[in-house]
This record gives sequence, structure tokens and C-alpha cells, in this order.
Amino acid sequence: MTVEVVLAVIQVLVVAAGAPLLVGALRTLKARLVGRRGPRVLQPYADLAKLFRKEAVVSTTTSWVFRATPYVLFSTMVVTALIVPLLLARPALGFAGLVLLTYLFVLGTFFLALAGLDAGSAFGGMGSSREVAVAALAEPTVMVAILALALRAETTNLGGIVERLARDPLLAANPGHLLAFSALFIVMLAETGRLPVDNPATHLELTMIHEAMVLEYSGHYLALVEWAAAMKLFLFMTLLANLFLPWGMAATAAPFAILVGLLVFAAKLILLTVALALLETSVAKLRLFRVPELLAGSFALALLSVLSVFLLR
Amino acid sequence: MIRLLRLALRTGIVTEPAPADTEVERIGGQLGAEIRRRFGRSLHIRQVDAGSCNGCELEITGLTGPHYDLERFGLHFVASPRHADCLLVTGPVTRNMAEALRRTWEATPDPKIVIAAGDCARDCGIFAGSYAVVGGVAAVVPVDAVIPGCPPSPMALLAGLLAAIGHDAGRAGR
Amino acid sequence: MAALAYAAAVAAGLGGAWIGVAGMLGATWTVRSEHVVPLGGLELAMDPIAGLFLALIGISTTATSLYAIGTAGEPRDDPAAYLAFVGALGVVPLAANAMTFLLAWEIMSLASWMLVLNRRDDDVARRAAWVYAVMTHAGLACLLAGMLLLGAHTGSLRFADWSAAAPALAPAVRGAAWMLLALGFAGKAGVIPLHVWLPLAHPAAPSHVSALMSGVMIKLGVYGLVRVGFEWLGTAPLAWGVVIILAGAVSAVVGVLYALVDHDLKRLLAFCSIENVGIILIGVGGAMIFRQAGLEALALLALVAALYHAVNHAMFKALLFLGAGAVVHAVGSRSMEVMGGLIKRMPWTAGGFLLGSLAIAGLPPLNGFVSEWLTFQALLQNVRLEDPALNLVFVLAIAALALTAGLGAACFVKAFGITFLALPRSEAAGRAHDAAPAMRLGMLVFALACVLLGLGATVVVPVLGGVAAPVVGAATSGLWGDTARLSVSGSFAHLSIVTVAGALVIGATIPLGVLALTGVSRRRRLYETWGCGRMLQTARMEYTATAFADPFKRVFRFFYRPEKRLQLDVHPESRFFVQRIAYANPARSIFEEWLYRPALGVLRAAIARAQRLQSGSTTAYLTYIFVTLLVLLVLR
Repeated sequence: MTVEVVLAVIQVLVVAAGAPLLVGALRTLKARLVGRRGPRVLQPYADLAKLFRKEAVVSTTTSWVFRATPYVLFSTMVVTALIVPLLLARPALGFAGLVLLTYLFVLGTFFLALAGLDAGSAFGGMGSSREVAVAALAEPTVMVAILALALRAETTNLGGIVERLARDPLLAANPGHLLAFSALFIVMLAETGRLPVDNPATHLELTMIHEAMVLEYSGHYLALVEWAAAMKLFLFMTLLANLFLPWGMAATAAPFAILVGLLVFAAKLILLTVALALLETSVAKLRLFRVPELLAGSFALALLSVLSVFLLR
Repeated sequence: MIRLLRLALRTGIVTEPAPADTEVERIGGQLGAEIRRRFGRSLHIRQVDAGSCNGCELEITGLTGPHYDLERFGLHFVASPRHADCLLVTGPVTRNMAEALRRTWEATPDPKIVIAAGDCARDCGIFAGSYAVVGGVAAVVPVDAVIPGCPPSPMALLAGLLAAIGHDAGRAGR
Repeated sequence: MAALAYAAAVAAGLGGAWIGVAGMLGATWTVRSEHVVPLGGLELAMDPIAGLFLALIGISTTATSLYAIGTAGEPRDDPAAYLAFVGALGVVPLAANAMTFLLAWEIMSLASWMLVLNRRDDDVARRAAWVYAVMTHAGLACLLAGMLLLGAHTGSLRFADWSAAAPALAPAVRGAAWMLLALGFAGKAGVIPLHVWLPLAHPAAPSHVSALMSGVMIKLGVYGLVRVGFEWLGTAPLAWGVVIILAGAVSAVVGVLYALVDHDLKRLLAFCSIENVGIILIGVGGAMIFRQAGLEALALLALVAALYHAVNHAMFKALLFLGAGAVVHAVGSRSMEVMGGLIKRMPWTAGGFLLGSLAIAGLPPLNGFVSEWLTFQALLQNVRLEDPALNLVFVLAIAALALTAGLGAACFVKAFGITFLALPRSEAAGRAHDAAPAMRLGMLVFALACVLLGLGATVVVPVLGGVAAPVVGAATSGLWGDTARLSVSGSFAHLSIVTVAGALVIGATIPLGVLALTGVSRRRRLYETWGCGRMLQTARMEYTATAFADPFKRVFRFFYRPEKRLQLDVHPESRFFVQRIAYANPARSIFEEWLYRPALGVLRAAIARAQRLQSGSTTAYLTYIFVTLLVLLVLR
């Protein structure tokens, strides 16, 4: 019991501490690819530390929903960190599965969208409206993509899927696996606000989706929101890495196995980060009303993946 | 897409590695200590155009490019003053923009600094005495540093930015 | 006086809930009397599923009547019709023969129709009442035809006799009876495309009545579908289950799509009821398919999920309607475009509405999440079915359910955000006052129910398993894990909602505590919203409900087929000076345009032709009577 609690805490710390590193590495890599030296990899830590030391300017039109949202958002990310298989195949909240995961993300988006509307500015409302539209359209793909995995592993429990695939690597040797991975990758771009769906570094409010909702936040609220966004990216990447390529993960709570698992996980994350940086550098942002077409395409991929389970039975 | 990536990898990093004896690197060392004290290696800048001719803006956009790359020093441009630590103001403050500038300053959370870039921001430059301007930036909001030039070159801007933060070591409070 | 009537309703509701819960836990009984009802006599029978619905009705009545005490005595109040409505609602699940059922059904419909018609001078309300009356009586006609058909072929009008005689019926008779009964019940439940009355009638009625109509009355349509699909006609063939699950999936998606673009707060809630009925029917259809395939445990799971969602929806929809009622009462209009900033003026109502929104969006750790979780788990196990076509149907249902969940969350961000947050968009909204204490008490009951039904899932699910087991024909009431953790189908999936709730609370409290202790959270300053330095912020600069729904309107353009109406009023002396711009971009209902209008057109043409018989000539009428007599004598 205590071992499980300790591991759970360590898992949350890994996610919370690793997320800014991931974002920093991504930014530096993207800068190098366009010929700049770019910020340091540890820059996001400095940004967060500075934000916690600043005052928070709160708008008079807002209500308690605005002030509560950063905490709710942070909390959903922490709970999601307890659900995803990271240190161990069976994570701390061992019961949790794909449905809970999806709905936890929706909970965070719900509150953030409300906070965007709360300030009463047109930018916030626009960001909220676009964000919930993209999130709603990405929902079916997440469900169906992980369903494809769950069907082969015969459980929707994330730890169970990992264990089954790790035991039986041949289960992954089918086109459905690759299709589901691509579908979930595209959904990750949509949900975490990366190119080509949304440019995280844009200054043009009319092109913003996620950034527009946080224009009003400052100080420690902004720090929590940015941290939660970084954790969301980290968690999506963890899902992609550990659900689709589960080999190398620790099966038991032995310290050495966990260390090895973490190293393999870091390698997988580096691969995914490089892939994401390459993708973001080479594509332009999509027109907003082309994004549903992209999401429909990802849904088609996920559906094909599921059908392949039934047809190749 | 592959063509773009190949081009990027072939071109490599073009950031001008400043030679050891230029202003930038010398002040860069000073910068380390100062920014670390006030902002912990991270300064987010919100640029405000208070009626400028956009000459200064063109030079400022050069800073974000690969040659001058201000991000390597921990500086970063942001869209909202709520996210900013520093306001970089250009232009003589015209009557129409005076109130807007003041509200932007109020919307920025403390601790904050204001840097006036260009001759116009310093003292209205060539527009001094016009009926349409209120005065330099200092007439509307408290200014911490000035970068002279019409327009200041990106290297001068960068030097000024880093120097301004370095020179502010003497000021107490804020 | 009216308040007394409502207080009596509160007591009746409590009594009904008590009897219902007793029935759920196994206390079955029957009451028979030859005299009260013609053609078979009054017959009431309690069994677990009737007990469940009666308990639901009882609790809903109690809370809405508490709320109604707060609005009692207002000019359009009709406590007599309300009491008749509530009484009839209570009798329907208990009815054990066709006549009792239909009589109670009709009283329920008539009473609610009178309550809908309460604003007689409003054209819209009159039209709403008319459409409601026509649709509900068309449904009644189908039910009557179906029940009489079954009665003729089984020789009895008692439901218990139908269950016994079902295997002996000819397939054609079973099919016809099912179609008629399903049409009637689906019409009452608000399944697409029989839903047209719902978005007209529910907003027109007073809010406490809307709460009961949406929360409870349409559930009786579901109750009927469950009875028909599982008991009265024996084990349903595959086709029926597939029809129900597809109807459910379509209703869910279409319902939420219409809700997204609606700016009338109560009509938005009405469309969301259609969406949730769709979700319930996905569960019911899945249960029917699993039962036909012999997978009783899965059928039990699906039906438990459906019943749980029915109960949950009654709770959070009633909460939302009561909150909407308080808002509409305070602002004086149902349109969201004139609301805003109400969270500061009506904090209790806002809190209740937020809780209801979180519940209906299915967000953890509330009740909506648990029932949607169960529905998903039932659907996700469809791999146990051998037929790939069935697997495809289930996968489509899963995709539809996921899409509905996402769109539903978006819809309630809009509903709560535009109504309560930011600045008031009209003077009335700026002067709004919070709901009366009795109204708040009613909302509190439902809010507590939402929280308890969510956190207490491990207690509720086994009880529902016991209720659903005899319906589905499962041997046991299922194994559902222990008090801490809900387990589904052995080790297929687990959920400990209390742990999730606890983790969410801890996850939020730790940063809150740390930041408070280090003094960071005290560093705060109030200032205006960032507006790029503009001079003034007014409510006109906020996002409107129309704007919020715009991305959806564009993405689903093929479905909404919006019609842009732009009207420019120019200055009489120069067309370059625009004085007024009026813009509307309403969505058009494809059901009204492609289904109802053509159908009504055909009906009118037929009626016009038949009218030629009404020549006014006495000779012609006497001839008709003579011919009819001859025909009847020959056929006899």
C-alpha cells in the first residue's frame, strides 16, 4: 500500500517536473530547425518561477469561476497523471480507464472555456467557442482510437492494455495499430493546441484558439494554467508512447526496473518530441474551418483501425 | 514538407554569434545577474505602438529573427500585457494613444519596467511640438530606460534592452 | 391556497417515493377493483421496475413542488392541473392492464397540455399546445391500436397475460404490435423524428412543470419501451434492438446539435432532453441486442446503465429547468442574448445551474459521468457479438455517444457562460434578484441528488441491478464489486468514483494551500478587462450566444442549412449612411421541412378529397347510412 502511494506521488512529480522540460525542449528544437539558437531548454522553469513571483491582475467583470479555473485545471492534470501508465504498467489509480481519461480532459476544457467567457472580452469568448468546438470534434476520435487498442487487449483499463501488449508484442503487428497511432497523434495536435491546428506562439488574437482564453490570466493563475497546458502535452505524449509502444516499462515495483523504464520512456519521448518539432516546423497553420476536416480524417483513420480488428478476427 | 526540412537542416543556425568584445556579450554577463535578481532569467516583453511611424517596429521584428534571436537571452514577446514584465514603447505618444498606453501600463502586473525605444519615444523626435502629440513616453507612464535612435538598429535595441535592465540595478523598490 | 396544494403535492411525492423505494427493494403487491375503470377494471401492480419509476416520480415531485411553493399565487398558476398531472404520473408505472394505463396516460397528457396552455394570449404558446395535443394523441392512437391488437390476439388486456402469451404470437402480429407501441412510446419520449412537440411544449410550460415533463414524463416513454422490448412481447428479435439503438444514437446527436444553436434557454434544455433520451435508448437498444444474443450479463449491464441515466437525467434536468425558471422569472425573458452577469446577482441559482451543467456534461465525479461510463462499458464489450455488422452498429453508437458528450459539454459552456458570466446584456439582467428560498430549496434537493447519485454509485448500481435483472432475464442481479469500487464484467473495467473525487479535491487543494501559505495568492489587484486599451467596456463587446454557436453552425452547415437574413436600413437621403442593421442566421429544421410539412400536405390533400363526401345533401347522407347498413349485414 505505501509503496503504491510513494510510486503515485513520484509519478505525479515526474509529470509535473517533466512537463516544462518537454515544452522547453520542443521550443529549442523548433528554433534550431529554423536557424535560430533559441531559448534554453530549461527556460520554461524560469518563466514559471517568475510568474509565481508576480502579482495577479484580476478583471472586475470576472467571478469566482475565473479564479477557480486554474486550480481545477491543474487538479485534472494531476489526477490524469495518476491514471496514465508511466512508471508502472498498472498506474496508481489502477482502476482508471480510457473513458475516465477522456472525461477528465473535457472537465479541464469546460472550466477553461468558462473562464474565457468570464472576462467579458470578445477574445476570450472567441477562444472559448473555438476551443470547445475543436475539443468536441476530437472526442469521438480519442474514444474510437483507444477502443481499437482496447479491443485487441480485451480491456479498457489502460494498465491492462499496456500489460497485454507488452506480453504479446505480435498483437501490435497489424495495420490497425499504426492507424490508431496516427489518429491519436492528430488528436493530440488538436487537444494541446499545436500546429497545424493552433499556433502556440502566435500574437494575432484572431488566429488564437487556446491562447485567446488565457489572455486575461496573469501571475500565479497564469503559471498554473501554463503548467497545466504543458502537463497536458506531456500526458498525451505519454499515452502515445506507452500505450502504443509499451515495451521497456517496469512490470514490478523494483527500483532498478523502474529506473530502466524511465530511461526507455525518456527515449520514447525524445523521439516523439523530435517528430512533433519536425512536423510543426514544416506545416503551416490550417484555416480554422479546415480543422474539422482534419479531425474528420483522423476519425476515419480511427474507425478503419477498429474495423480492422473485426475484419481480421 | 521534406524539401523545407532539408533546407532547414542544410542552412543550419545563422544566429550571429556575437564576438566576445561587443556590447552585447559584455552586457550579457551583467544581464545574467540582474535579470536573475528581478525576473529570474525570464523577461516577457509587450511592445506598444503609441503612434509610431513603424520604423522602430520593423527593427524590433528583426530581433525575433534568426540573426539577432532575443529568445536566447530569456527575452520573449507576448501578446497581452497581463503576461508581460516589460513594456517596450515606441512612437511619440499621440493624443489618441495616451489613454490607451496608460491603461496598458495599468493592466501589466507588478513588478514591471517600461523601456522607451527610439527618439520619438524619448522626446517626440521629429514630431516634437506637434498638436497631435502629448510628449515622450515619460509624460504618460514612468520610464525606466531609453534606447535612442531613429530608428535604433536591432543590435542597438538588443544592447539597449540588456543594458537597461543591467543599469536598473541602482533603482530601489518597484 | 395554491401554496397548500403544492404542499400537498410535496407530501404525496414523499409518500410515492417511499412506496417506490420499497417496491424497488422487493415489496411487490397488486390492487384490483372491477369498478373504477371500464373494460377491465382498475389494476395496479408493483414490481421492481415500476418501483424505480415511482420513486423517481416521487422525489421529482417533492422537489419541484417545493420550488412551486415559491412561485405559487402567480396569475398563470394552475395547481389543480398540476395535482392531476402528478397523480396520473404516479399511476402510469403501476398500471397492470391496458385500460388503467391508457386512462392514466391520457390524464397525464391532458393535464400537462393544460399547463402548457397557461399563457392563452401568446400565439407561440397556443401553437405549442396545439402541436403537443396533436402529437400526444397520435401517440395515444398508436398505443391504443397496439394494445387492442395484442388484446385481440392474446384474449386479455392484462400485461402479465401478454408476457405469458408472447411466445405463441405470430411474428407478424408481434411485429405490428411492437411497431405501434414503440411509435407511441417513442413519440412521448421525444425520439427523433417524433420530437417536434418537445421543443415547443417544454419551454412554454411554467418551469416546475417543464422540470417534471422533461425529467419524468418522457422517462415514462422509456419505461414503456422497456416494458414492450423486454416483457410484453417476449425476447425481442435483433431488428428491434438495432432500430432502438440507432434511433437513440441519432436522437442523441441531433438533439445536442439543435441545442447548440438555440438561444432560448428553456428550448436549449428541451433539446438536451432529447439528447439524453437518445443516450438512454442507446443503452436500452444495446440491452435488447445482447439479450437476443444470449449475453444476459451484458444485457443487464446495458439496461442498468440506461436506467441509471434515466434517473440521473431526471435529477439534473429538473435542477437545470428550475434554475432556468428562476433566471427567466428574474430577467423577464427566455432569450440568452439579454442575460449575463447573473452569477453575481443570483449566486445560489448560478451555483445550482453550474452543478447541473457539470452533471449533464457527464463530468466526473458527478452522476452523469457514472451513467455514461456504464453505457460506454456496455457498448465497448460488443466484441463478444459474432456478427461484424452488429459490431459496426455498436462502434457507430460509441462514436455517436462520444460526439454527444463533447457537444453536450460545449452546449453547457454556452448555456452557463452566456447566461451567468461576464456583464449583463440588458437592464433587466442588471437588476435581477436571486430565487426565493422555497425555490432554492427545490434546487438544493436536486443538486444533492446529483452529488449523492454520483458519489454513491457503488450503492446505487447493485440496487438497479436487482431492478433490471428480472426484466432482462438474468439469473443473478450481477456482481458489481464492493463499496469502494465499481467493477464491470469481472475485470473488464473498474471505477472508484470516490477516489476520483478525492483525488480531484486534493489536486486542487494542494496548490491552493501552498500558494496561500507562501503568500503568493494574496498578491492580487483588480483592474478592468484587457481590451487593447479601449476606453470603455460595455456588454455589446462581449461574445453573444449566436457568436458562440457559430463554429458549430459552420461545421454542421449541411445539417442546419442556415438561412442568412440581413436587412440594412439606410438613411432616406443617402444610401451610404446605414441607420440600422438587422442580422439573423437561424437554423432550419430539416424534420419540419422534409418530413412534417410534406406529410401534412398529403394529409390535407386527402382531407380535401374526402370533403367532397360532405355535400350537405340529406339524400346523399341517407344513402351512405343505407349502404353502410347493407355492408354490415352482409359481413355479419
